Amino acid sequence: MSKFQKKRGKSSPAISTASLPDIIFMLLFFFMVVTVMRDSELKVKVSTPNATELSKLEKKSLVNYIYIGKPVEKFQATYGTKPRIQLGDKFSNERDIALFLEKHRSSVPENQRGAIKTSLRVDQDVTMGIVADVKTSLRKAGQLLVNYSAKPKPK
Amino acid sequence: MARKSSRDRLNNEVNAGSMADIAFLLLIFFLVTTTIVEDKGVLVQLPPWSDEEPDITKLNTRNVFSVLVNANNELLVRGEPKKIDDLRADCKEFIMNPNKLENLAEKPTKAIISMKNDRGTKYKAYLEVYNEVKAAYRELRDEEAQLKYGKEKYEYCTKTEKREIRSKIPLVISEAEPSNFGEEN
Repeated sequence: MSKFQKKRGKSSPAISTASLPDIIFMLLFFFMVVTVMRDSELKVKVSTPNATELSKLEKKSLVNYIYIGKPVEKFQATYGTKPRIQLGDKFSNERDIALFLEKHRSSVPENQRGAIKTSLRVDQDVTMGIVADVKTSLRKAGQLLVNYSAKPKPK
Repeated sequence: MARKSSRDRLNNEVNAGSMADIAFLLLIFFLVTTTIVEDKGVLVQLPPWSDEEPDITKLNTRNVFSVLVNANNELLVRGEPKKIDDLRADCKEFIMNPNKLENLAEKPTKAIISMKNDRGTKYKAYLEVYNEVKAAYRELRDEEAQLKYGKEKYEYCTKTEKREIRSKIPLVISEAEPSNFGEEN
């Protein structure tokens, strides 16, 4: 009977790649969801110190970032090598912090404003003078929840 | 010649073979641009601003654990030079005062950690000290949680248990304005 004919002449069937796009799309969506597009270019070099008592920052929308560090090489000609403060995407000084915080605060729904945190991303070689100035202006602006950004200590 | 009719339904499928390539392209783009930022850090609550400095001299000196970090990143703990590695153990002993010594804190609720640094102190040294103090408190709270509730860690406790422990071992860190020593970079 022809039902049991041997398929001798035929070459082995190719593996179906029809589901390949689906798999790739799955990966694609994963990365799309995970990706956080950095909204501001870093103009200062920040390498955070190590610490052990870390807590995670949740709710990205309730966090604003203040960077302190030396300007990257590109900007050293214009801004020098002294540590500078970066708010958003431009160099600033501590007097601009209040306005910066206020801008961020107004973008947050009113009932969540008490939970706004400031993440201080400070380079480990910066001296405390500039950090103290920033802390003082944060306190004056009433922004008391502060997170000193740090890397987990390697074991 | 057999001309194919354009209305031939059988051959009218879009070729989906290149779909994978397009998806790969997008995938690689996102792979390259992704930065999974670690957003971790030491969370602190700053004191509200007031124009006059808080006066800690009127406190009983036995309740104050002063930590000074100078511009050379050296530690002075209660008037004695110390190493950062010993700070955690010293701090724990000071807070709990297990041997009821005269010169350590009366009880954990009265203990105050007072930190002061120079403007020339490195941020790294400052954070290290802060981290050690926080670690000391965390370990004490863990011990308390174990003793009282049989939980391995403070963070595993329920809200009311946590509040109970917190009120027993409150974290009080007072930071003075830095003094103008040392060269700032």
